[in-house]
Amino acid sequence: MSIVLRWLVTAYALLFCSLSLAAIGDINMPVGVTPISKEVYGLHMMIFWICCVIGVLVFAVMFYSMFKHRKSKGAKAADFHESTVVEIIWTAVPLVILIAMAIPAAKTLIAMEDTSDADVTIKVTGYQWKWHYEYLDSEISFFSSLDADHNAARQVGSGIDVSQFDNYLKEVDNELVLPVGKKIRFLHTASDVIHSWWVPALAVKKDAIPGFINENWALIEEPGVYRGKCAELCGRDHGFMPIVVRAVPEEEYEQWVAEMSPAPMVAETSEDSAPAAADGDAEREWALAELMEKGESVYNTSCAACHQANGQGLPGAFPAIAGSPVATGPVDAHINVIYAGVSGTAMAAFANQLSDSDMAAVITYQRNAFGNTVGDLVQPSAIKALR
Amino acid sequence: MSTATADHHDHDDHHGPAPGLMRWVYTTNHKDIGTLYLLFALVMFFIGGGMALIIRAELFQPGLQIVDPLFFNSMTTMHALVMIFGVVMPAFVGLANWMIPMMIGGPDMALPRLNNWSFWIMPFAFAVLLSTLFMEGGGPAGGWTLYAPLSLQGGDNLAFVIFAIHFMGISSVMGSINIVATIFNMRAPGMTLMKMPLFVWTWLITAYLLIAVIPVLAGAVTMLLTDRYFDTSFFSAAGGGDPVMFQHIFWFFGHPEVYILILPAFGIISSIIPTFARKPLFGYASMVYATASIAFLSFIVWAHHMFTVGMPLAGEMFFMFATMMISVPTGVKVFNWIATMWRGSMTFETPMLFAIGFLVMFTIGGLSGLMLAITPADIQYHDTYFVVAHFHYVLVPGAIYSIMAATYYWIPKWTGNMYDEKWGKIHFWVSTVFLNVLFFPMHFVGLAGMPRRIPDYSMQFADWNAVATIGAFGFGFSQLIFVYVVYKCIKGGEKATTEVWEGADGLEWTVPSPAPYHTFETPPAIR
Ligand code: HEC
Ligand SMILES: [Cu+2]
Repeated sequence: MSIVLRWLVTAYALLFCSLSLAAIGDINMPVGVTPISKEVYGLHMMIFWICCVIGVLVFAVMFYSMFKHRKSKGAKAADFHESTVVEIIWTAVPLVILIAMAIPAAKTLIAMEDTSDADVTIKVTGYQWKWHYEYLDSEISFFSSLDADHNAARQVGSGIDVSQFDNYLKEVDNELVLPVGKKIRFLHTASDVIHSWWVPALAVKKDAIPGFINENWALIEEPGVYRGKCAELCGRDHGFMPIVVRAVPEEEYEQWVAEMSPAPMVAETSEDSAPAAADGDAEREWALAELMEKGESVYNTSCAACHQANGQGLPGAFPAIAGSPVATGPVDAHINVIYAGVSGTAMAAFANQLSDSDMAAVITYQRNAFGNTVGDLVQPSAIKALR
Repeated sequence: MSTATADHHDHDDHHGPAPGLMRWVYTTNHKDIGTLYLLFALVMFFIGGGMALIIRAELFQPGLQIVDPLFFNSMTTMHALVMIFGVVMPAFVGLANWMIPMMIGGPDMALPRLNNWSFWIMPFAFAVLLSTLFMEGGGPAGGWTLYAPLSLQGGDNLAFVIFAIHFMGISSVMGSINIVATIFNMRAPGMTLMKMPLFVWTWLITAYLLIAVIPVLAGAVTMLLTDRYFDTSFFSAAGGGDPVMFQHIFWFFGHPEVYILILPAFGIISSIIPTFARKPLFGYASMVYATASIAFLSFIVWAHHMFTVGMPLAGEMFFMFATMMISVPTGVKVFNWIATMWRGSMTFETPMLFAIGFLVMFTIGGLSGLMLAITPADIQYHDTYFVVAHFHYVLVPGAIYSIMAATYYWIPKWTGNMYDEKWGKIHFWVSTVFLNVLFFPMHFVGLAGMPRRIPDYSMQFADWNAVATIGAFGFGFSQLIFVYVVYKCIKGGEKATTEVWEGADGLEWTVPSPAPYHTFETPPAIR
């Protein structure tokens, strides 16, 4: 028996050693780079140590009792079963500890909620499964989704060794560039389901809720790249919509804004950050091969998550494009599904997510791929006419 | 506690169980129904556990190896629904059925036919729920919390899931009404409320919680149903509704629900520790009041699950303070249990081991709960593996360990045979080691930034996830030992005495082992 108990004690001693390990390295909350994140880290460590002390005291008494007051050691049971004094003490002492914890927590909370006097405002919109950033002080806006190489590697049975990527699942095509030393206000919303924009180093996590706008703020103190994730389950590819924030000194930021701003930005596919409207793609006639090529890549980035790369969909959840009555039927109805979406389902309206040429291309592609052989093609100008 | 031994053989008009399998279908006997509930929970435990192993297998390494992300999501969703509604709740109801009438000196449950019905709804409801996994489009994949609008997106499984939830709800409410009716009407003369064992008290309070909140859940899921199929817009901003309202309604049910999953466990532990410490429970009255205050507080803390949805500052403050308050009565309970052990004369049979395991690991889960109450920190912890670690610490070594402890504690009374002590102890130690290997690392990856409900993760989380998966398989397979011990104990073994445990106190230990089919047809005299 005593061997068993010694085990128990060693097991928990080990557990507690690892618990205090939690104070270091990659197994703890990052300190972060904003005043708030530092406060939050401080709070976290404070409660952590308070909990450790409470835990050690409670377990010490308990294990002492288990060693001393055992029948095999001839312990005789006492007969007490209440003590008003003791009971009042162990109700009151925790109360005092709680109050001591609540005061700094409340202070931090008040600071966190104060979004006034921001220098830069960014609107962040969650989509299934990418983010859209809009710099409200300048005309910049773009989508940001999982890097294409990572996306290829993460497919079931891709055969690609994911450990070759330094930041597996934490790399995006278009980073969110922010200035250091400025108060940045984030406005959070979503277009389809609830997402949550979370960057641990900024201590910013806020739900993005369709139809509502939430606020949050950060003041980044050090330049660097900070990575985060969607934190609210948002469907099949919830795990694959990372966030990358690149914080740069103010001059660099101004320069970046100037570079990004001149060409009026059309909503852009996640493919490249260069302004797309520049090539005047809506005006000219496109060839089938050209549309098919572009369509395939748009399909793979924007549609394959649901309709699958092979066009077979997931029966019952996402319809197949191969042989779909819509994709093989009248073209106007097909365009409408993609342009306006199907309300009340996961099929979103892509009018604001894809450019004219992207939409024309992907529709053309769907009508002529996966064994569909409609043969017609949709010109970007036809989409432009709808807008 | 003297004249308690039931003289049931005097009653020729009462028969034993009907022969054959139909006994179980028609039975209105509280012991039979208790057994049915417990066996049902055991079967579901392995089904829900199998789902957990699929989840952990996929998470063993970074990259997607085994399942599609959508299926992964339906595994996390179903695992939770099965474990909560199919394992912990039915197991507690089973224990209530077996033990409450015996503990209060009553002959049976107050409403025996209702009792039969509340059980037999369950297999039906779960058949419907599990069948969705085989439908086109798969099972529900929006999380067990069924948050709108995500839950509205999937296929037609939603209708089946909601139907199943309604039936589970009806079963729970009927079971609860029965328990309340039993406790108020079937107590032996002299068994005053403040003499009732704590298991009876905690179940009384739990039953009230269930009656109060199950209809709220029913309302929430019905609104989902009409949003999905009848064009209402309760939860759609486009139609004037509010997705966050779903969360408020859900957690108004959901937070009391987590106490529904732990209060009966408190009762069990309060029975076992005094027995093996050979000393009466310390602070009986404060235990009752602490339970009642936890139940009350559970109604005013729901929004601590929602600190990131964008509540007004005042709301966040209120829910932070209210949540922190819960640690006071919970602390009182833990201190009382330790004071019960203090200067006792302890032995460490399997039930006591599980009770101590509960005490230690539930406390760890309680402390991480206190961390989670601190709103600014919670905003960072929220929806990460830190939360997963927290609630598994309170549910597995909490609720599940209490059920195991209860089984080892009372099974000699149920079967008339002692269980195999050696294997019981092995079960405890193997489970406990693997359990910590499984859940402890989740604290680390959660703090380091791993969100929950993801099928794939970045390289930095790889090591601890591999460790957790090893723990998961170890823990999962060690539960086969439990099945073996229970099976062996049903089949035979050393005969149990009436008292079973040296330090046992309570009416259930005054009837012979195994407990006769009918007990306390004439009420016992309460000292
Ligand atoms: C978030 C998942 C999702 C994404 C991403 C998605 N779809 Fe869909 N799509 C759906 C769902 C769900 C439906 C079925 C809607 C309904 O119930 O009518 C659908 C329906 C369709 C249909 C009609 C198919 C039929 O037979 O009814 C077409 C065409 C289509 N989508 C094209 C696209 C294109 C093009 C893209 C990429 C630009 C895309 N979808 C991206 C989920 C998605
Ligand atoms: Cu998301």
